[in-house]
Amino acid sequence: MKNNRYMGYFTNGLIKENPVLRLVLGTCPTLAVTTAAINGIGMGLAATMVLICSNIVISLLRKVIPDKVRIPAYITIIAGFVSVVQMLVKAFLPSIDKALGIYLPLIVVNCIILARAEMFASKNSVVSSVLDGLGMGIGFTAVLTLMGAIRELLGAGTLFSLPVTANFISPMIVFLLPPGGFFVFGMLVAASNALAKRAGKKPVEHLGCESCPSRAVCGKIDCEEEAAVNE
Amino acid sequence: MNSTTSIASILLAAILTNNMVLSKFLGICPFLGVSKKTNTAFSMSIAVTLVMVVATAVTWPIYNYILSPDYTYLETIVFILVIAAIVQLIEIVLKRYIKPVYNALGIYLPLITTNCAVLGITMLNITNELNFIQSLFNALGAGLGFMLAMLLFSGVRERLETADIPEFLKGLPITLVAAALVALSFLGFAGIGG
Repeated sequence: MKNNRYMGYFTNGLIKENPVLRLVLGTCPTLAVTTAAINGIGMGLAATMVLICSNIVISLLRKVIPDKVRIPAYITIIAGFVSVVQMLVKAFLPSIDKALGIYLPLIVVNCIILARAEMFASKNSVVSSVLDGLGMGIGFTAVLTLMGAIRELLGAGTLFSLPVTANFISPMIVFLLPPGGFFVFGMLVAASNALAKRAGKKPVEHLGCESCPSRAVCGKIDCEEEAAVNE
Repeated sequence: MNSTTSIASILLAAILTNNMVLSKFLGICPFLGVSKKTNTAFSMSIAVTLVMVVATAVTWPIYNYILSPDYTYLETIVFILVIAAIVQLIEIVLKRYIKPVYNALGIYLPLITTNCAVLGITMLNITNELNFIQSLFNALGAGLGFMLAMLLFSGVRERLETADIPEFLKGLPITLVAAALVALSFLGFAGIGG
């Protein structure tokens, strides 16, 4: 019984609540770094590492951090781990560091990490939080890699830098440029919506407002109207 | 970019060729989330521009006079905390002294702390080795570019409301495809001010 529950925390982030396609969090890095499959893996693993570490610490401190200053406290913890990961990547994987550039330190403001801190780690035990972080991280990495693979294949004709169609189809460079990012992501969301509908789930119609840490503020602007329309 | 790059070309590049949202993918959340109505899009981008310029004015000296050269690894953690503090401070000052502005922009300010565009621009100023004045104009340009993208896109979205959209594209997918087309139009600016 207990094992089942833990398994559920882990598998939750893989498909059912996939952070990118179902919760629609972390759109900035999803669009920005996925010009090649390898960048998707690099970004995904870096974010997963930060997510697991910050989930552990926030879960341990969940009874200590006062409610009023919890968001600044979370951001400080996350920023600490991002700096650690940033230095590790710089030292051991300089080519990934170069490819991810400014988006590596920007993991600090990746809403997946803050959202999981707020929604999950601040309310659950350490073991559950680690499993949640691992599942969400793998779900994030998988979508980023898939999107990187699609854009690399169409835009450069290669997969993981190995030529696939490059020799006989001239690549469509637009898929490596910003418009290609928006377009491929739109198509992926459409596909995931179609699959969700077939499985009897509600399709994603707007940004992940329910799980966004800024929801309380943002709700006054836009999310409330959308929620009202959806009901 | 070297120190002789003119202010005008920095501004043009930041608004058009290196547009925050459409070519650097920073600030996608507000771009997709708050762009449904033109007037909210406008207020939000004014608030973002304000915070970007003030944050740059504070983080640039901190980096170049305190962190550099020995403590540069603290950049990420110091910048995010400084930005969070600045946003709070701006909110308090506006509330106390300029009430009408607070009423118009107040609710957007807390959203901006975790906006990657603000942290992004302060870091880009450092990576591109701009001097203080250039950094300020780069931040201003990035804010104006954000505003331009938001306003153009909110116009597109208002038209989408009445459009006949295929079932599987309804909602977020069609919004992203529309964003792709707006981004495509901005590719036409490539080369200006470079």
